[in-house]
Amino acid sequence: MVDDVTPAGSGQVDPASLLPPEEPVHLLDPDGTLHEDPEYPVGLDDEALVELHRTMIVTRRIDREAINLQRQGQLGVYASCLGQEAAQVASAWALQDEDWIFPSYRELGAAIVRDVDPADLLHLFRGTWLSDHDPYEHRFALLSIPIGTQALHATGFAMGARLDGNPIVTVVYFGDGGTSEGDPHEAMTFAGVMRSPVVFFVQNNQYAISVPLSKQTAAPTLAHKAVGYGLPGYRCDGNDPLATYAVTRRAVERARAGHGPALIEALTYRMEAHTTSDDASRYRSDEELEAAALTDPIARLRNHLRRRDLLDDAMEQRFEEEAAERAQAVRDAIYDAPHGDPLELFDHVYVAPRADMAAQRDELRAELARRADDDGGAA
Amino acid sequence: MAELITYRDAVARGLAQEMRRDPSVHFLGEDVAAAGGVFKATKGLLEEFGPQRVRDTPISEEAILGAAMGAAMTGLKPVAEIMFSDFLATCWDLVAVEIPKTRYMTDGQVTMPLVIRTANGGGLRFGAQHSQAVENWAMAIPGLKVVAPSNPKDVIGLLAAAIRDPDPVLFFEQKSLYPSKGEVPDGEIVDELGVATTIRSGSDVTIVALASMVPRAVDAAEELEGIGISAEVIDLRCLVPLDTATVIESVKRTSRLVTVEENPRLCGWGAEIVSIVGEECFWHLDGPLTRVTTPHIPLPSADALEDEFLPSVDRIVEAVQKVVQ
Ligand SMILES: Cc1ncc(C[n+]2csc(CCOP(=O)(O)OP(=O)(O)O)c2C)c(N)n1
Repeated sequence: MVDDVTPAGSGQVDPASLLPPEEPVHLLDPDGTLHEDPEYPVGLDDEALVELHRTMIVTRRIDREAINLQRQGQLGVYASCLGQEAAQVASAWALQDEDWIFPSYRELGAAIVRDVDPADLLHLFRGTWLSDHDPYEHRFALLSIPIGTQALHATGFAMGARLDGNPIVTVVYFGDGGTSEGDPHEAMTFAGVMRSPVVFFVQNNQYAISVPLSKQTAAPTLAHKAVGYGLPGYRCDGNDPLATYAVTRRAVERARAGHGPALIEALTYRMEAHTTSDDASRYRSDEELEAAALTDPIARLRNHLRRRDLLDDAMEQRFEEEAAERAQAVRDAIYDAPHGDPLELFDHVYVAPRADMAAQRDELRAELARRADDDGGAA
Repeated sequence: MAELITYRDAVARGLAQEMRRDPSVHFLGEDVAAAGGVFKATKGLLEEFGPQRVRDTPISEEAILGAAMGAAMTGLKPVAEIMFSDFLATCWDLVAVEIPKTRYMTDGQVTMPLVIRTANGGGLRFGAQHSQAVENWAMAIPGLKVVAPSNPKDVIGLLAAAIRDPDPVLFFEQKSLYPSKGEVPDGEIVDELGVATTIRSGSDVTIVALASMVPRAVDAAEELEGIGISAEVIDLRCLVPLDTATVIESVKRTSRLVTVEENPRLCGWGAEIVSIVGEECFWHLDGPLTRVTTPHIPLPSADALEDEFLPSVDRIVEAVQKVVQ
């Protein structure tokens, strides 16, 4: 066991040591120039850098496919992660395989790092079926659509794992808007007192549906909120994959070593509307969007890799083709996928179905059979 | 003169009517102002009444209701929106423990003239955590009034009544009804809480419905007429106060009752109606008191699946036939 559950204790930390840095950690310029920082070592070899890049490309391509599928009536709704690929992929990259991720609904990139089949997630948005991926196999929990509650789940999971002597860390993703909910605050209070190995990862994509950050909080930064719970607050340029990776890794390994939870604010930008049902032109300007596009996370790592001759035209083309193939596989799995047997919906409400539910299922079965007969008769 | 408007637009019209009339009416919630509501039910209010009276809030449901409660104690008449009724669970302390108990515990000295509006129910493919019909949760709490209109005219009239009411009112807008249209007369509309309406007279059976189940009950009644069964349809409109007199009078005449609710089976509001009618009308009954409900499972998000689970016109017809035969 890494540590016991001795509370950190109020008044025992120097508050200044918890404050976020004045400037967000930034290692990679938009043109690909790398500024190393000994406090935040990257430590990824060339092959890993290329893989990181490739994974972001796959994420973006599948994200676009999901939007297309929604536009073609194949998904009820979809929340795009366009522009947030680095924040998601590079942070998830910083975890050990056995660490757990507690995602919100927007975390396609983190899911792809965890080898979750994107189609399994999209089934939820198609309504073909419920969430199909196995959380235990992928260490990737159910997408949380209610805002902020997953911070509590991640904290409880970290506490439980620690009681089991399991040296894992949990990472919970939520948004800038999510920081206004009570749940993450109670989670950070708990995690701080119990010194639970959980990293609270806030993607500050500047908007919560229509509400901009300026109307979401009066805090100097979201990372400052950490101090009130005795957690260190980190801030990074979330469109910089290397800074995101280095900062997350530091927080995760610190937690694993028994030094307790941390809060990370990754600064990014939601390039798409909130979801496919939203019209963002109601509340933000084209100019703002154009400015944000200049900080694109994928272009940045690409520029870096090209500068260092780790990437060439042939590789880029191959990555695009691979991404297109994976997107096609997702499309094939989702397009016109029939929904499951309605009677099966009774199966997973409880471990052992209740007797009165069996009666309700029988009633529904009879009703469906009658309807099928009527339809048959009419045809 | 009358106008055909949507249930959605009726919400904005009802709020605007009351905000024009009474400067102490304020409105707050998530994405309600600049975006006009995620269901576009509050479009135009920010433009007309300004950012003091129409406020976008952080995503803090407890603070939304807490602020409404505190503001109500100062004499303002806040209207607070909780985007999906499922999220009432995130601020249930305010809904169940604080707001409805304060008047009682202060010996009637502190009133809570506030309204909580929320989008309720299924039918929009939002899945298990965004589709629950939870009006029965609210009904179980002494101190709250509970309203759930089925058509645009009632939305305006009952919303006005709720805002003018000195007690806290939970106002359920059924999200599947937002696009539906209805005739609405010109001018001010103010209705009365706790009065059910009989929207179709009949002599063989009384069908009691609420919100989205009302149009389905009416369709079922029309179908039943085709096979020689005369069904009376009552739109309850409010669960608290509950207009038991209208229901009892009707069942005494028709001698049969079928309730139609979106709630899952256990402890849906229909159970309350059935128990009251069982007690009050027992000697007048000619058939089993029957409830049509959603099965007792969470709703799926798939279109076809969701449709199979919510009470359908077919299921209502079927249930009535069984009761009448
Ligand atoms: C408890 C709760 N309240 C409200 C909502 C409605 N809602 C869905 S997404 C959203 C905005 C979330 O914004 P943010 O946390 O910044 O994350 P982002 O969508 O930008 O990734 C809101 C208010 C919800 N799903 N759950």
